[in-house]
Amino acid sequence: MAQIGSFALLLALGLSVYSFGAGLLSLFGRDAASARLGETARRAGIACFGAVVLASFILVAAAFNDDFSIAYIYHHSNRELPGAYKFAVLWSGQEGSLLFWSLLLAGYGFVLRLRYKTDQRLFAYASVIIASVQIFFLAILNFSAHPFALEQGALPPDGTGLNPLLQYPEMVIHPPMLYLGYVGFTIPFAFALGALIMKYPGEKWIHITRRWTMVTWCFLTVGVFLGAHWAYAVLGWGGYWGWDPVENASLMPWLTGTAFLHSVMMQEKRGMMKVWNMSLIFATFELSLLGTFLTRSGVISSVHAFAQSSIGTWFIVFIALSSAVCVFFLVKNLSHLKSEHKLESLVSRESSFLFNNLLLLVVCFTILWGTFFPILSEWVQGHKVTVGPPFFNRVAVPVALLLMLLTAVGPLLAWRKTSVESLKRNFLFPAIGSIAVGLMMILFGVKPWEDPSYFYATMAAILSALVIFTVIAEFLRGGRVIAGKTDQNLFAAMLQLTRRNTRRYGGYIVHFGVALVIIGILGQPFNKEVEKEMSFGDKITLGPYTLVCQSYTQDDNPNYAVESAMFNIYRGPKLITTMAPERRFYKSSGQPQTIPNIYPSFAQDLFLVNDIYVVYEGKNETTGRPIIKAHLNPLVPWIWIGLIIMVFGTVVAMVPNTMPVAVSVAKPIRETVHAGAGD
Amino acid sequence: MKFLITKNPAAPQVRGRSLRANLGSILILLAAIFLFMGADTDARFKDLGHRMMCTCGCGQVLLECNHVGCQSSTKMRDQLQAAIDKGDNDDLILQGFVQEYGPTVIAAPTATGFNKIAWVMPFLALAVGIVFVIWLVQAWKKRPEPALADGIVVPEGNELDEFRAQARKETDQ
Repeated sequence: MAQIGSFALLLALGLSVYSFGAGLLSLFGRDAASARLGETARRAGIACFGAVVLASFILVAAAFNDDFSIAYIYHHSNRELPGAYKFAVLWSGQEGSLLFWSLLLAGYGFVLRLRYKTDQRLFAYASVIIASVQIFFLAILNFSAHPFALEQGALPPDGTGLNPLLQYPEMVIHPPMLYLGYVGFTIPFAFALGALIMKYPGEKWIHITRRWTMVTWCFLTVGVFLGAHWAYAVLGWGGYWGWDPVENASLMPWLTGTAFLHSVMMQEKRGMMKVWNMSLIFATFELSLLGTFLTRSGVISSVHAFAQSSIGTWFIVFIALSSAVCVFFLVKNLSHLKSEHKLESLVSRESSFLFNNLLLLVVCFTILWGTFFPILSEWVQGHKVTVGPPFFNRVAVPVALLLMLLTAVGPLLAWRKTSVESLKRNFLFPAIGSIAVGLMMILFGVKPWEDPSYFYATMAAILSALVIFTVIAEFLRGGRVIAGKTDQNLFAAMLQLTRRNTRRYGGYIVHFGVALVIIGILGQPFNKEVEKEMSFGDKITLGPYTLVCQSYTQDDNPNYAVESAMFNIYRGPKLITTMAPERRFYKSSGQPQTIPNIYPSFAQDLFLVNDIYVVYEGKNETTGRPIIKAHLNPLVPWIWIGLIIMVFGTVVAMVPNTMPVAVSVAKPIRETVHAGAGD
Repeated sequence: MKFLITKNPAAPQVRGRSLRANLGSILILLAAIFLFMGADTDARFKDLGHRMMCTCGCGQVLLECNHVGCQSSTKMRDQLQAAIDKGDNDDLILQGFVQEYGPTVIAAPTATGFNKIAWVMPFLALAVGIVFVIWLVQAWKKRPEPALADGIVVPEGNELDEFRAQARKETDQ
């Protein structure tokens, strides 16, 4: 099996090299022979997908067959590992995850090469660029991180097992989502670089890649949030974001990708910011590579990094090389990207996009800077310093709040120019509503003047409310217009409104989701926690809740032994649920792992929902009693609900419009003025 | 304390009540002071504990390290509590930890020497970015209007305002 897998990888590399070489040669000519050569390159790219699928299938099959002669399977699986995790073995270690990267890229390339008739020349350029990236990953797989390398010595009877941290249902979907995001940005990157090299006229490449970019962004968003949820549900510290280098690495391309999704509208609508958009998509691709590099190289220690090796040099060289190519063509063809459109006012949609991009990039720069500052410090001062949560919270949070302000105000601004009168009219209700939210927080006892974290929480609440009220106001305003013209009820009118301009209203739904995420985060300063050694009948009081220990027990299964405690949770005299946090001891690896139990109190607290989060930390060896840590985390469930709404909004934005928006006017005018804006 | 030295013979009961009342007041005051001090000490413990990292290698902030039996965090928490109880100020406590565990124990760069750059750069980037965007907007505003194809008349002044009002009316009402 290992030999077939190795052969498949070598074949895939050969096919990629051919796809790249022949594709590149074919681009220099426009005769029939060049076209035929280009076609063979395209087919080689498609065949490469088949070879990588075969290699991946063999690795997964080896995991299911407990083939411990393959070193990768020996180190990442064992006989008693459940089936889903045996499948997840593919991305659980370095070699496998690089193969998975290659598989996804080949998959994206496969789809792209099948759809080549959309624009043969541009697709040929994109295909060559994708092949070059594919060569890089397949070269590492063949020469540096071979997934089919054989285990030396006698055949081991069982594997050492999968890292216990990875034995959690989300690990079956979190890495694929994140990687679909990372890898997916190769596609808009390839189109952008191809369009730049061939001096592609117009903005058609943006239209071609728009859905690719949105799908990719959506995957990355889900990947980032699932990573946060995994940290919350598995690591047992009661938090979901620790500004860990690998978390940061996933956030950076998300930030630049988000900036690109906004600024690309300027290019589509006004033909502006062409250089900027190219730079953004290049940066997003490079940051995706950087994210993979940080996760896989071990250059920076992280709770999310499950591999450490010498492949860092490969990545540094490739990142440097690809960046150099991008900069070269950007400088060479700069004149092609010149835009001549005029900006009319600082108070316009265009300006809001500029500031939105600025703030997103400043947050991205802050994260990049903070992530690499320890290395810089070691070079300069001879010793490392820690750049942890206090730094990021103090620097990135204020900028993120400004960004929220723009998220609220931006959609109210019209393209070209916004009159103060229209701004006042559209802004009045959301502004009053959000200030009321701030005052209510103070009335309920939050004192923003007492502590910076309370101040930030209050500001975040005000700005989130502003975003939510703005979105609601936009839907209501548009819905009323359609309801007035079509005699539909308001809900049906808003639905029709959305279907007429899915991109604009899908975007608003995403903004709504973002505001919910921020609401979920702002509860952090109000978290409570109690740690206690518990016996039968012992109680922990946590805010309005009481946890009563009912029992503690031990159990055993072929994969792990487990200790757990059972609690009844009361609110006042009323029993609301039973919780059973666990601590597992995995037999193959001999490592322990806590599995917290989380209960979101929607039924009791509705909008001001709390997560009751109970961790079985271990056992006091002297008394034999469990040590329990209980957290009360206000508002956290809104983060995950916000994510679902963001995904829903993205899907809406990808649906084609049902019909164009038609406004009858007495005579033709050149300029469209929307009540709020356009999209 | 005047009531304690009163010589009014008719007042022993009153004096006794006053004494109890005042002792009670003093106790309440002391309790309040101790409670306040306790709250202050707790807040300092929480604050300082979140400004340091656990040194066990978990990469977590000291008070968020959740490893049962973690030798590092238990010892460090005890040290921190002892230093606070001793009355050391925040700087002295942090310095003590740096001397014992090295500079990586502090969860964020200090605002001194080279480390100051860590704090300055993001805000510098923001400031430079804002200036650049404003300059860009001004430069783009000064660009000439793009030439229009023959026959297209751009409405201006009142005519443009009328069109704007009409569009607003049809999309707003």
